[in-house]
Amino acid sequence: MTNSNVVLHVADVHKRFGGLHALADIDLQVEEGQTHAIIGPNGAGKSTLLNVIIGKLAPTSGAVVFDGTVLTGKKPYQINQLGIARVFQTPEIFADLSVLQNVMIPALAKRDGAFKLNMLRTLESETEIRAEAEHMLEDVGMISRREMAAGSLSRGDKRRMELAMCLIQRPRLLLLDEPTAGMSRHDTNTTIELLKKIKSRGMTKVIIEHDMHVVFSLADKISVLAQGRIIADGTPDQVRGNPKVQEAYLGGAH
Amino acid sequence: MFEVIFLQFLNGLDKGAAYALIALGLTLVFGTLGVVNFAHGALFMLGAFCAVLFRQLITLETVTLDPTKLSPWGSPLEIREPLVQAWFGDFGAVLLNYSVLFSILLTIPVMLVVGIALERGIIKHFYKRPHAEQILVTFGLAIVAQELIKSFFGPNPIPQPMPTDLRGAADIGAFLGMQANVITYPIWRLIYFLFAAVIIGGVFAFLQFTTFGMVVRAGMADRETVGLLGINIDKRFTIMFGLAAVVAGMAGVMYTPLLPPNYHIGMDFLVLSFVVVVVGGMGSLPGAVAAGFLLGILQSFASMTQVKDLIPGIDQIIIYLVAVVILLVRPRGLLGRRGVMEA
Amino acid sequence: MLTMPRNDLLLFLGFAIAVLTMPIWMAPFGAAYPDLLQRFMIYGLFALGFNILFGLTGYLSFGHAAFFGVGSYAAVWSMKLLTIDALPAMIFALIISGIFALAIGYVSLRRSGIYFSILTLAFAQMSYNLAYSVLTPITNGETGLQLNINDPRYLDRMFSAATPSVPSPTMLGLPLTGFTGFYFCAGFLIIAFFIAQRITGSPFGMMLKGIKSNQTRMNYTGFNTRPYTLAAFVISGMYAGLAGSLLAITDPLAGAERMQWTASGEVVLMTILGGAGTLVGPVIGAWLIKYFENIFSAINENMLARFWDFLPDGLDHAAVVVSAKFVGEGWFLTLGLVFVLIVVFLPGGIMEGVRRIASWIDRNRKSTPKSASPKTQPAE
Repeated sequence: MTNSNVVLHVADVHKRFGGLHALADIDLQVEEGQTHAIIGPNGAGKSTLLNVIIGKLAPTSGAVVFDGTVLTGKKPYQINQLGIARVFQTPEIFADLSVLQNVMIPALAKRDGAFKLNMLRTLESETEIRAEAEHMLEDVGMISRREMAAGSLSRGDKRRMELAMCLIQRPRLLLLDEPTAGMSRHDTNTTIELLKKIKSRGMTKVIIEHDMHVVFSLADKISVLAQGRIIADGTPDQVRGNPKVQEAYLGGAH
Repeated sequence: MFEVIFLQFLNGLDKGAAYALIALGLTLVFGTLGVVNFAHGALFMLGAFCAVLFRQLITLETVTLDPTKLSPWGSPLEIREPLVQAWFGDFGAVLLNYSVLFSILLTIPVMLVVGIALERGIIKHFYKRPHAEQILVTFGLAIVAQELIKSFFGPNPIPQPMPTDLRGAADIGAFLGMQANVITYPIWRLIYFLFAAVIIGGVFAFLQFTTFGMVVRAGMADRETVGLLGINIDKRFTIMFGLAAVVAGMAGVMYTPLLPPNYHIGMDFLVLSFVVVVVGGMGSLPGAVAAGFLLGILQSFASMTQVKDLIPGIDQIIIYLVAVVILLVRPRGLLGRRGVMEA
Repeated sequence: MLTMPRNDLLLFLGFAIAVLTMPIWMAPFGAAYPDLLQRFMIYGLFALGFNILFGLTGYLSFGHAAFFGVGSYAAVWSMKLLTIDALPAMIFALIISGIFALAIGYVSLRRSGIYFSILTLAFAQMSYNLAYSVLTPITNGETGLQLNINDPRYLDRMFSAATPSVPSPTMLGLPLTGFTGFYFCAGFLIIAFFIAQRITGSPFGMMLKGIKSNQTRMNYTGFNTRPYTLAAFVISGMYAGLAGSLLAITDPLAGAERMQWTASGEVVLMTILGGAGTLVGPVIGAWLIKYFENIFSAINENMLARFWDFLPDGLDHAAVVVSAKFVGEGWFLTLGLVFVLIVVFLPGGIMEGVRRIASWIDRNRKSTPKSASPKTQPAE
């Protein structure tokens, strides 16, 4: 069953490490414009799945297809150039550069492609890129910090900036790997607010998360991963009511 | 034909042994401390100069003039008598003759102190700093060490005599039941190879069979976990650095009769030993040893006239060439573990 | 501080003026003679180029002397075969060192970190060994490549008869001796500085800094980082080649020892000492090292004896013996010690020291401490 709206298709993926069956029979279809959450307790195989999706790990069998293109074996920059941006568990940013530069770099990647020997212009003459970056920073509420060194930001601000770095590329698919991991309650809340704010922009999102509460308010669809298998699939309400989830996931917590 | 190949194989052994010993120390330090030590060659050089110093000390002489006899130039004959001989008699003569071997007794404590002082004084502060800075600081230390040696011992190589009984060549061919006088091999090179084998065996046994070694091996595999077990890994690593320094120093001492040491001998060997480590696999002790011998033997074959006629200059670059190929097709090296600094 | 075009211009003008007036302001330091000033220019250029690779991308090359040496050889060959004029020699050196850097960089940049350093070291040692052995017909081995009365110089011969003696290099007929030689080199240093400044301030330069800061993020941001680092490597190799050609032009001799790892190490020292990643730092580092090399190497025991004369007898003798270890032949010992101290205590080099002092003065002048002062950017 192929749905014409499906933008990301994880098709019958298996992944074995030696004898360990890390992923078994994973089949996921992410529809255009939806926010799809993949949740599961620690060790359920979420990170493995993410690494398979972004092509870092080759699946033992099966394939990951993004908009008609197989992602396996592609380099990270090629995957990004297809329109996939990624937020990391610990923010990956350019700590030595200013906040503004951090956001200008991805904008330049969007405009110039994977490589351009752009050394005849100065940064100051890139007024359009600059304006775009400033607009983006305003959007995430960080315009006042644009000249700060990114490394000196708080954890929450680093995450916000990283989101801005992804959003400025207007990706077709945004992958978020535990976007609130290791954050204070305050930072978690502001991040969730920000994610809600950008939800309306119609970009497809895949969120990997172990904290169910983070995703219930965000996701259109939730897949629950446990021991390398998808044990439930559906809207947040369907998943919440699913006894298997209760047992495998919430059961462990109680 | 077989004899020729066998001879080249033997000729590669002593150089290979030196590479293996230096590479072993480099790997110990990299594996345990995670530090890329550009000063390791300097430790080899310092060891070699321990031998030089030892010999200079024991050859201190008293000079007396004998007015009754005349030298061929007409001046009173100078009678030189080494002090050790004056003090210890026959034992002094033995000491003088076997000075290279005896100087190991001086080398071990000196290198241990140097190694521990280096680690505690400077290198310890670089564990968490980027590899580039580790390279830079150890590179600076190497310069300091070699310039110090240069200022005390001068820029020229200082030949060290072999013990008289160990000069000459052994007829290995005859020993193995082949034709006599076809495969002969200098005795000291043979000794160097055996010495290296003993040291390498010793280091492996130490790591394999002692609790200390076990902890160190565990630390090489996963430093954090071992640290979490409450084991004082730092102290052990300091000792490891000292041990690596001693191994390098002894390798230097024993090499002096083969190649008169000068102040930059360490760097000459270091550059090659790094290449050896890369070929063997960063962090792999067996890899370092295997690659050391392999490259020494390869170099020996590349310096055969027939090979040089075929590919001019190959003897000069063979080692680097192998390293480049290895890095490109198998970045973790021959015996390296997957994922250890493969980038 | 982010660079503004106006600040860029001021920095450039300041640099150009400082360089051109060197014969004046170096006079009190006893360094205002053309031979030394030329070396300031040449090694400044070398370090400036090295910094484009190491300072911007963080890739530590231990084999840059190979490009310097190749530039020297190429320049001498151009002066032997084509013309004694300097410009073709430099163009030839740029092209050859560029191609050489492209080949070595293409292979070496497949790895990063320590492996990259070792690969570049291996390639440089390979070049050095070959220059001494099988490439002797090209390099003239240990003797070094020199100009010769019997050189063909085909281009020159088309216009004029053979000269009775070995000619010395000229530029468009102008002999490059004395201060003319210095201003010739200074011109190229200033041009090279301008180009380095433009590269640093361009989007391309920002990408290089991005690679140094976080290569993973660069990849996931959609950049293929390898052509970026390769471009930086080639540019930096061409700078080295140009510097090598200038050395060959001002002193027409090219020897293999210019390619040895010690020479590669020297440019690393210059860059670190001055401050990697800054524009003027590496140049200042090169000047300082060449200046003190000149001073320290010239000091002998007699001068030390006079210097320590005020100490009581015996003590002055000891002072002479100890300090003699650090001067003359011992200059490299001093250099090594200073280098270790810099790496341990001031990894950002002299430029970081200047910045620290400046901010300390700044803090002391304003009695009210400024809260949440923005962290200064390391990049100029």
